[in-house]
Amino acid sequence: MSDDDINLTVDGQPLTAKRGQMLIEVTDAAGIDIPRFCYHKKLSVAANCRMCLVEVEKAPKPLPACATPVMPDMVVKTRSKLALEAQQGTMEFLLINHPLDCPICDQGGECELQDVAMGYGGSASQYTEGKRVVMDKYIGPLIATEMTRCIHCTRCVRFGEEIAGVRELGATGRGENVRIGTYIEKSVASEVSGNVIDICPVGALTARPSRYSARSWELQQAPAVAPHDSLGSNIFVHLDNGKVNRVVPRENEAINEVWISDRDRFSYQGLHSADRLTTPRIRQNGELVDCDWDTALQAAVDALRSGAGKGSLGVLASAHSTLEELYMAQKLARALGTDDIDHRLAQTDFSADASSPAMPWLGMSINDLESLDAALVVGSNIRKELPIAALRLRKSALNGGRISFVNPLDFPMHFDASVALSPRYDRLADELCRIAVAAEADLGKLRGLPSLEPDDRHRQIAAELRDAERASLMLGSLAVNHPAFATLAALAEAIATKVNATLSYLPSLGNSAGAWLAGVVPHRRAGGSALGSAGRHAGDMLNQSLNTYLLHGVELEFDAANAAGAMQAVAGAEQVICVSAFDSESIRQYATVVLPAAAFTESYGTYVNATGHWQSNRGLVEPPGQARPAWKIYRVLADLLELQDIAYTSPEQITREVQSQCANIELNNLTSGSAQTDYQSIDYGDALLRVGEIPIHRVDPLVRRSVPLQKSNDGKQAFASMRHSELQRHNINDGDQIVVVQNGSRVTLPVKLDDAVPENCVWIPGGLTETAALGPLCAAVEIQRS
Amino acid sequence: MTESVLNQHSLDEINEWLGRYPPEQKQSAVLAALRVAQHQNDGYLTTELMDACAEVLDMPKIAVYEVASFYSMYETKPCGRHNIAICTNISCMLMGSDTIVNHVEKKYGIKLGESTADGKIFLKVEEECLAACAGGPMMQVDHVYHTDLTPEKVDEILDALD
Repeated sequence: MSDDDINLTVDGQPLTAKRGQMLIEVTDAAGIDIPRFCYHKKLSVAANCRMCLVEVEKAPKPLPACATPVMPDMVVKTRSKLALEAQQGTMEFLLINHPLDCPICDQGGECELQDVAMGYGGSASQYTEGKRVVMDKYIGPLIATEMTRCIHCTRCVRFGEEIAGVRELGATGRGENVRIGTYIEKSVASEVSGNVIDICPVGALTARPSRYSARSWELQQAPAVAPHDSLGSNIFVHLDNGKVNRVVPRENEAINEVWISDRDRFSYQGLHSADRLTTPRIRQNGELVDCDWDTALQAAVDALRSGAGKGSLGVLASAHSTLEELYMAQKLARALGTDDIDHRLAQTDFSADASSPAMPWLGMSINDLESLDAALVVGSNIRKELPIAALRLRKSALNGGRISFVNPLDFPMHFDASVALSPRYDRLADELCRIAVAAEADLGKLRGLPSLEPDDRHRQIAAELRDAERASLMLGSLAVNHPAFATLAALAEAIATKVNATLSYLPSLGNSAGAWLAGVVPHRRAGGSALGSAGRHAGDMLNQSLNTYLLHGVELEFDAANAAGAMQAVAGAEQVICVSAFDSESIRQYATVVLPAAAFTESYGTYVNATGHWQSNRGLVEPPGQARPAWKIYRVLADLLELQDIAYTSPEQITREVQSQCANIELNNLTSGSAQTDYQSIDYGDALLRVGEIPIHRVDPLVRRSVPLQKSNDGKQAFASMRHSELQRHNINDGDQIVVVQNGSRVTLPVKLDDAVPENCVWIPGGLTETAALGPLCAAVEIQRS
Repeated sequence: MTESVLNQHSLDEINEWLGRYPPEQKQSAVLAALRVAQHQNDGYLTTELMDACAEVLDMPKIAVYEVASFYSMYETKPCGRHNIAICTNISCMLMGSDTIVNHVEKKYGIKLGESTADGKIFLKVEEECLAACAGGPMMQVDHVYHTDLTPEKVDEILDALD
């Protein structure tokens, strides 16, 4: 027993605790129930609800267990007369203003107030006066408020301040007039705002999309993994008569702790979209018409045969698909003799393929993200791309970690950056190069290095990385999809090696890692071994028309790096087979065969997260209509094509096969060998540069169809944002409509003032219906007043 | 940067207050800043003014709203430009503050908590002890204490307001 350990007795039970622990932590660990409302293990101690009062021997009055540190030889009674009376009294006070509208409250049945009132409250109240009523303010499409029910525990306020890093809710007023809320009418903007629904102990904050739709005791709970980012947050899916009613977090300290992002929480709304494909379809006389599976499958088989026969079959599979789907698509393609397969639809520079890692990964555990001493994030809006990872990184920053950014926009973060560089997107590599020079990194592998001088900011970043015990250099999707990715990767590796930092990739899509492992790249087999000669990558496949395309879960108008060009290429193909859960305008335009697939929650499937952790989902609900799990579709296609070695009878068989192929993978982001990389100087000179990202709620087809997410603050992205000086230069105002001309395409967008955008840039996100016609996310544009 | 709704005089004054606190503790000046902002706006705070204070003090807006709504010295709704607070706490009550309140209410035809239609007078809701018990009944008009009140003395003081 170390000096830090102390003994105490609770309810006659001897317990050991660490010095400095609060009593409630010790009793929770020992399984002794103490009622509480304001205490939450992930939040600071507020001790304002007074529900956890217990008797402590030698103390003159009951003490709150959440704010009472354990003491040696302390004797605690949680169920003594004094404790019970204190708890009962507190409960009576808490219910004074509570409306007791449980029969119409969504929280009913899973309400801490109900439970604790039952367990620790009295049977009647002495209070006969009028109750307080609070008028609600609309705080957005995700959270429903009924603030009359609020008991002022302030968990939601503390969550905003301590976890989300955005103080949006507060306690205004005083005494009887205290209200929890936003004070003004506003939509909450945090990307993890939905967590206040879970931590609210009463029905004051509930989920708006599922409001009034089910009672909690009628729901069935099933564990699952969220498919929208490369963390694989653990969730519970709640089912109401075979329909997904809502999604809540499932605790996993190694991944998402007890939180999930709003995207993971509310994306399920897209499952019930009117866009769901429910019947196979084929094109006849120019029109897509419904047909039976046999007809559609036969048409797909003919198309695959003829495309493969002509050596012109391309397979594009989106990285939000399951490992099994990706692997099957890959196996089918390679069995048909093509290596023209890829999942990297948004990537533009593939010249680093030969030296790429078997699976670009985080390079560390997710827990490690919260104890970094320094980090440099290059090309990632990490807060919106990987919201839960960003919360971890925030903990590093709050603990004194020096987190710096090189980003094409000074993205608003929920912590203070050490240095935030926001060069124009085309000059991203130059900025990283200056840091490399400041770090005195070995840049021998780069040919044609420009001579660039670092300034104090670059030197500061380099010094902070060098001096840190635990440092990381992270490449995000805006770096990976940059036209000079190979240069960025080489520079990042040189810096990381020099300063002894972990080189990390931050894959943005749900199963990016799985797609690499499944061999959905033109230069690697499943399991990561290199092919003798690589096939065509996504860029080449979409630059010119192939004879036949197989598109899995892809929406080219949103997913492709050059949406306009990709649409043109596919329009020129003879045959386009779409395996998809959702219909879309573009599928109606280019598909010749449509095979309706099961979506998230509707079939078994594995997701590999950024740390290489495999997690599988079961099929929880039936796919709608005739839609079928995609692995089965490929299985039948393989049969019809008489392919060998693909006769699986269960999806677990596929998982095991990929697993065995990946058995010997060594995860390593550093490239081996001494291959030289040309330093690519991308420079659009004086031209106005269009730059953009794929916004948080536009990353995959399911999220795109979640109406509440689209209506939320983060869903509103169709703007042309410019800094103040740029607006002046073009003589336009915030809110004006302008015409953006990119490569001949014209799009009208409202102007938004945003001083985070660099000079001579206009920030126009991709992945949006409004901007799909424009093309690449990095291009010279002109703007005109409309 | 868009222009602040705080005028230069207010900003100067807030900056003077900021100088008294450590640079990483800007929020310490929130009470002073809100008072300055309220003064600039003839006696009440608007959301825009509170937002401007939040910007200057590097605080979340909601944290400024919390402070402004907590203290009774800040008005967050439009009110008359002269703030009249009649003490009704025990000493003043014993000395006849009810008479003073009745007199003033009748004089302007408004109740406590209301403002006159011309925007001149605001009768603050039931003021608590202002620590001038020896001179009860008393009232505070804008920043000035007036003690040993009688209806006549009240008329004299209030009629002298512009």
